[in-house]
Amino acid sequence: MTAPGAPVLELDGATVSLGGRTVLDQVSFAVDAGQFTGLIGSNGAGKTTLLRTVLGLQRLDAGSVRVLGRPLAKRSGDVGYVPQKVLLDPDMPLRAWDLVALGLDGHRFGIPMPSKRRADAVDAMVAAVGAEGFAGARVGRLSGGEQQRVLIAHALVSRPRLLLLDEPLANLDLHSAQEVVGLLARVSRQQHVAVLLSAHDINPLLPVMDRVVYIAGGRAVCGTTEEVIREDVLSALYRHHVDVLTVHGRILVIAGAADLEHLSLGHHEVVGPEQRRHLSLPPEPAGDGG
Amino acid sequence: MSAVHRLLTWLVEPGFASSAPVHVALVVGTVAATVSAVVGVFTVLRGQSFAGHALTDVAAAGGSGALLLGAGALSGFVVGGLLGAGAMDLVGVQRARGRDLATGVVLGVATGVTALVLYLDTTTRATAGTVQQVLFGSIFSVDAAVVPVSVALGAVAVAAVGALYRPLLLSSVDPELAAARGVPTRAVGVVFMGALSLAVGLSAVAIGAILSTALLVGPAAAALRATRRLGWAVVTAVVIGTVSTSLGVLFAYDSYYWAPGRRGLPVSFFVVALVVAAYGVSGLPARRRRRVPGTGR
Repeated sequence: MTAPGAPVLELDGATVSLGGRTVLDQVSFAVDAGQFTGLIGSNGAGKTTLLRTVLGLQRLDAGSVRVLGRPLAKRSGDVGYVPQKVLLDPDMPLRAWDLVALGLDGHRFGIPMPSKRRADAVDAMVAAVGAEGFAGARVGRLSGGEQQRVLIAHALVSRPRLLLLDEPLANLDLHSAQEVVGLLARVSRQQHVAVLLSAHDINPLLPVMDRVVYIAGGRAVCGTTEEVIREDVLSALYRHHVDVLTVHGRILVIAGAADLEHLSLGHHEVVGPEQRRHLSLPPEPAGDGG
Repeated sequence: MSAVHRLLTWLVEPGFASSAPVHVALVVGTVAATVSAVVGVFTVLRGQSFAGHALTDVAAAGGSGALLLGAGALSGFVVGGLLGAGAMDLVGVQRARGRDLATGVVLGVATGVTALVLYLDTTTRATAGTVQQVLFGSIFSVDAAVVPVSVALGAVAVAAVGALYRPLLLSSVDPELAAARGVPTRAVGVVFMGALSLAVGLSAVAIGAILSTALLVGPAAAALRATRRLGWAVVTAVVIGTVSTSLGVLFAYDSYYWAPGRRGLPVSFFVVALVVAAYGVSGLPARRRRRVPGTGR
């Protein structure tokens, strides 16, 4: 990348143990300014722990995490975060606009005073994520995709240099997922904010991703898609043989029985009936044309 | 005699405006209702209504203990509430899963202690009114000296919630989101439990320890149904709480004149009945309204 200066994020031998289990094992990678990085791994691989560590919510046992060249400080406006599961109560008296505003000053004392600058900043962010149409509605009553946009605006309104998102596509249908990915790519370019996004499926991210951090069993490899998503690299990471298949431009990483389960969840179009039987996957749901 | 005058004397029995116990009752009741409404909105948002109810039981234990020792009921209610809040924090009220458990344990212990202390109260001091006073309140017998104390404690509780308005809201929306913003969610939760104890203590003096939940949760729940902005919810809850309490005091005073046997009915009953009525009314517009599109701000 051409961006000068220190990387936005730099992990060096980051190691975290939870309850005697090593969740992150000597993880090292860097994210440069404005880069879009996918953090790919199956459930339990350590993605959430890694993101929480970058936020300073999880203590390191060894190694270091540097944000903008500085050691990790707990409260940093430089990092925005969209957690995995945000359950928004439909009855909560909070408009989407208010939740975005809390991203600006939710940590401050006192009752918010009306201010032109505050309102303009929030309005601009609401527009940037295309949430003008539902900014006045109760945020808990919005659809999953709409809530995701609002949460992204909440995370970005303080103009951080790094945006972390934990499985933001997990509960979205394919169309909404593509919209969110497109939105993130556009906003990250416009605001020059680096994005580190975790996902268990790499495919929706392929068109926008600069780099991939692949994580398995707490260990990680980092590079471009071509450098990382290879049978030799991933087999070394998993410490057993891994198949990497490319079907109609979509990548399937088959690392074990658990991954086969995953494949059955969103890849109907790439795993046909013949293969489904072969892989002993459940039959296609009716009405889902291939 | 004009019709207006006759209507007024029918609504407000003679002596209401000049009665000193009524003045004290109105001030103490208004303070309790205001604090409870402000704190109550956040209590409902945070899903801590059950914790609030458990605090009323601890407050009852404290209040009856204070009376046994010859101290004022208010000091007992407040100290009891604060100790209960501390105990719940230790047992794990902060964790969503530990919350019900922590609350249930504290509630059970507190109710048992209340039963013991009230028994001792009634047997050693031969004051049969203590049970009624602690559990269901006796706002007309509140000592005028309590007024400045309750105003001061109420101001502390409202100031605490005002200072923590945004961090409290954000951590109620999602603790993880708040923590990522640098909000010390544990400390915010502890301070809020302190404010909750004060609200419960003040309400216990006004309408009794057991019924203070009604003043805490009722106006807040009604307001949250009726508005989609937090600021308006707080204002609406305060209006519902204070109007219900003032009218409750008025109706109870009036009831000396119409209730059978000239005995006067308890204030607490009228307050709770009015709060419930407000909650019922608040559901009417919400039922028709679905998602309201808006333009921001």
